[in-house]
Amino acid sequence: MANYMSFYVDNLCCVRGNTVILSNVSFEMAAGDCLILRGPNGIGKSTLLNTLAGLTPEDTGTCTINKGDIAYSGHLDAIKFQLTVAENLQFWAGVYGTDKVASVMQDFGLTELADRPAGNLSAGQKRRVGLARLLVSNRNIWLMDEPTTSLDAEHTALLTKMIDEHCQSGGIAVLSTHIDLDIQNARTLDLSQFKPDQSQSNDIFLEGSF
Amino acid sequence: MLALFLRDLKLAIRTSGGFGLALAFFLIVVMFVPFGVGSDLTLLARIAPGILWIGALLACLLSLDRIFQLDAEDGTLNVLATSPIPLSGVTVAKSMAHWVTTGLPLTIAAIPLGYLLNLPSVAYSWLCISLLIGTPALSFIGAFGAAITVGIKRGGLLLSLLVLPLYIPTLIFGAVTVTKAVEGLDPMPSLMFLAGLTLLSVVIMPFASALALKSNLS
Repeated sequence: MANYMSFYVDNLCCVRGNTVILSNVSFEMAAGDCLILRGPNGIGKSTLLNTLAGLTPEDTGTCTINKGDIAYSGHLDAIKFQLTVAENLQFWAGVYGTDKVASVMQDFGLTELADRPAGNLSAGQKRRVGLARLLVSNRNIWLMDEPTTSLDAEHTALLTKMIDEHCQSGGIAVLSTHIDLDIQNARTLDLSQFKPDQSQSNDIFLEGSF
Repeated sequence: MLALFLRDLKLAIRTSGGFGLALAFFLIVVMFVPFGVGSDLTLLARIAPGILWIGALLACLLSLDRIFQLDAEDGTLNVLATSPIPLSGVTVAKSMAHWVTTGLPLTIAAIPLGYLLNLPSVAYSWLCISLLIGTPALSFIGAFGAAITVGIKRGGLLLSLLVLPLYIPTLIFGAVTVTKAVEGLDPMPSLMFLAGLTLLSVVIMPFASALALKSNLS
């Protein structure tokens, strides 16, 4: 199995603002792995994904993820309402230097929406365009922040199948979700165990001042 | 980078307001001057270079917050930050698209507006050249200001305060180039300074903007 694809996270501390959200997060990912992040609201699922994506600098710890392998999908769909669905995906294909737009639109049932301005789509359809971007980007490590939001049952199944296929072909997926997804070989990581000790304040000078 | 540049152009043309706003503002400011100052033709000819440059600069300022704000609001900026394009490259593409949609139209619009202000005929070519050379600096410096204020909702006031001092050298050398031409002196030295300022901004600002963007991402 190709070794360059795997990565590990060791003792990672994630911060948002000045608050430590997660401490001592450690896990390993090999090619073909899928990791599902679970935990209540505000536990730090998005913060961990942002840290993995390099959007938020890590506080302490190591993360050996190769930034050139990442395709990131956040809460927002990163689509332009003034452009059509096809134009949106073509733009991302141009950014990532790929030419998979037509086949991806076919897979995601977006072909009949191709010429619709993205602003006219429903929330679920927008989400599908946002997720289609992951396939267009042709990257190995998918970081997905609650990808099932606004998706109907049919397309949640389609998403599950898509992640399955991605992992079976040697890709890696890390996602956060609140519903149970039927992904083969998926591991679940409950983030509650990494919650830092609340009595420790990050800034000793501000301690007790509020 | 080309994909991003072309997309920004497409968006500017499709979104009413982005493309026309700066141009309309420029027309209004310059057209109001003869009404406010009066119809003294010699006075208008003397203040024309300054008015045209100030008008272009303010019009440019008006459209700056759109450079990064819209992309930050819909999540595009976060995805771009994880894409193969480095953030400095993102800034270059966006600054260039901003220049094509504001600086270039302003340069062209300055010709008829110069006529309105009784600008002497010798100065037209210098007006065009100075705006053509000077306005890219406005876009690149402006992108830096926009990168700093990208996380702030309604950050327009802060953006203006940050960017205006940085615009002053460009304004001085740009306006002086045209004034010198009007007075029959050699405008070349100020034009060279203007070109130097633009080159400096084009080289430094993308990297400064990339740093600012990086610290503003979340």
